Amino acid sequence: MTAPFEIHHPGSADRNAPAPVSPRQVPHRGGAENPSAAQIKAKFGAAVRRIDVVWGETTVVVAPETVLDVIRWLHDDPSQQYDYLSDVTGVEFRDLEQPVEVVWHLRSLPHRRFLRVKVQLTKNRPLEVPSVWSIYKAADWMERECYDMFGIRFVGHPDLRRILMWEQYREGFPLRKDFPLRGRFSRAEQLRQALAANPEARYSLEELSIADAFEDLPTDMRQRLRGGERTGE
Amino acid sequence: MATQKRTVDVALATTGVDAQGRPQRVPLVTADDGSSVAVEAPPAVEPELAEEHMLINIGPQHPATHGVLRLVLELDGETVVRCIPHVGYLHCGFEKIGEYRQYNQIVPWTDREDYLNSIGNNCAFALGAERLFGVDITPRCTVLRVIAMELSRIISHLVWLGTTCIDIGAFTPFLWSFQRREQVYDLLESWVGARLTTSATRVGGMAADIPDGWIDGLRSFVRSFPSTIDEVDRMLTKNAIWVGRTVGLGVMTPEEAVNYGLSGPMVRASGVAYDVRKDFPYLDYETYDFDVPVGTNGDVYDRYLVRMEEMRQSVRILEQAANRLPDGPVNVDDPRLILPPKSKATSEMESMIHHFKLVMEGPRPPIGEAYVAIESPKGEKGYYMVSDGTSKPVRWRIRPPSFVNLSAISKMVEGHLLSDVIAINASIDIVMGEIDR
Repeated sequence: MTAPFEIHHPGSADRNAPAPVSPRQVPHRGGAENPSAAQIKAKFGAAVRRIDVVWGETTVVVAPETVLDVIRWLHDDPSQQYDYLSDVTGVEFRDLEQPVEVVWHLRSLPHRRFLRVKVQLTKNRPLEVPSVWSIYKAADWMERECYDMFGIRFVGHPDLRRILMWEQYREGFPLRKDFPLRGRFSRAEQLRQALAANPEARYSLEELSIADAFEDLPTDMRQRLRGGERTGE
Repeated sequence: MATQKRTVDVALATTGVDAQGRPQRVPLVTADDGSSVAVEAPPAVEPELAEEHMLINIGPQHPATHGVLRLVLELDGETVVRCIPHVGYLHCGFEKIGEYRQYNQIVPWTDREDYLNSIGNNCAFALGAERLFGVDITPRCTVLRVIAMELSRIISHLVWLGTTCIDIGAFTPFLWSFQRREQVYDLLESWVGARLTTSATRVGGMAADIPDGWIDGLRSFVRSFPSTIDEVDRMLTKNAIWVGRTVGLGVMTPEEAVNYGLSGPMVRASGVAYDVRKDFPYLDYETYDFDVPVGTNGDVYDRYLVRMEEMRQSVRILEQAANRLPDGPVNVDDPRLILPPKSKATSEMESMIHHFKLVMEGPRPPIGEAYVAIESPKGEKGYYMVSDGTSKPVRWRIRPPSFVNLSAISKMVEGHLLSDVIAINASIDIVMGEIDR
């Protein structure tokens, strides 16, 4: 048995801060700004494109190439301590001219702060942002889901595979606005494909390659594995 | 009497291989006289077990994975070397569907993601949508939602308790907890008319006020429920089998737990007192007197203790909420959001038009976005909604706590035995409806 852990208390960084209260009468725009936003602006300057306060939540829009530095600084700097990654997700607007957004929701438990960091990606380029997996392990599945649903590639993620859709799914990225609600194929075609699918295909090739049962695989799968096929991308 | 001795000899080492490269089959050797013929069997070669890893597949159809979760485990003997979880078997595209629905039409979908916490999800979604609309709900509605959320926390923890006991081999607490859960469902049924899929909230209020005498039913439940917690406590907490199967399993240190984004009882069992109700409060939780249980070992046993204590704290909150429930309207007085009474809608032209337009076109929030998180029984449940000014959200994102909690399972089960994987998986308290959405 190891020694019990010390208990970590959120809000321990500034003990004089008032106790948090439930939000009331939140203004649409122009509420109290998270102090971290101005500090990011002071530190990174031109990389900060915009600072918004919408419904009491501060959004910092930063340039895609600096987002990793910003988030790493927010995580590491003792005055910020954003140690908790709540959410990573993407947003695509109905107006297809608008850029696709990648949104990180960060919490600083010691300071009890909440910050939204955003990146806007124009659509005529590949949708790529750096992965924050090296900072927050929580990003692992959330980035995979974001890749799965939007096709946003998180560069530096160790295992960027589809997660909710199966790995051999080829219809596209379901949460993109150009993806129809019912999928690209008719119900009959979807059923036909499901019935025709090889159940073995649900095993990813990575896990089969560690299997001792390699020699028992169907010939075509062995050939694909030998050919170096990996399903991640 | 001469015995017929039949020996099967598959001497791989002695004989050659055939043209295809396969070992040559050795015919059966039959000695007609047992005493004279002794077939020399080659020394049996033990396979090198130590170097062989076994791949074992649990699920997706397995009772101990709590839904359609599939775990692919690489085992060294009985010890887990690597665990690859697979999710997505229940993926229904809730978030996509939400982009095609008005805000009030999304409420039924929130029932169906974390179906053990359905009324809590309704309240959470309504809170998010109300932030997006810039509406403050009435005092009575606030207290009613607190009651709903704490009741659903009790339901969820009871289901967790029962199913985990079954996984670990105790059947009786399952019956006790499901009996109590039934009483909560009776309360919910008499309030909103449904047990599991409650759809209890609307943007700006609730679908229904509580019926007469409902608070008495709540009080009698609150009075009698702690006895069940005590019974389970007596049965399990110092039970040698229970302790032996839970202590020291799946340990996450506080730093790891925060870094992996764990929330709810998972992070609190690791010694991080992060509770959304205390740290980022909503629904006036800061005015209730309750404690946040925190574990110090971060193992399965501590998660059990934390959940048991949370049920006791929920009872405390319910008592206070029942005492302070104010009179007054449940819904906000805002014709942009709230439908006119049905009797008026069928008798007055203006009300009928109002009703029709509100149902057909739906309320429109201003352009903006909101991320509202609640402390669901599983952890931090967030709803992130983006509005472009139309009656349907551009993006409705669910931040599922059990999805993020489950992503740490590969780390937690590493180095443990196969049977402990079941206990660790149970301790995460996953609901696949929420993970796959």
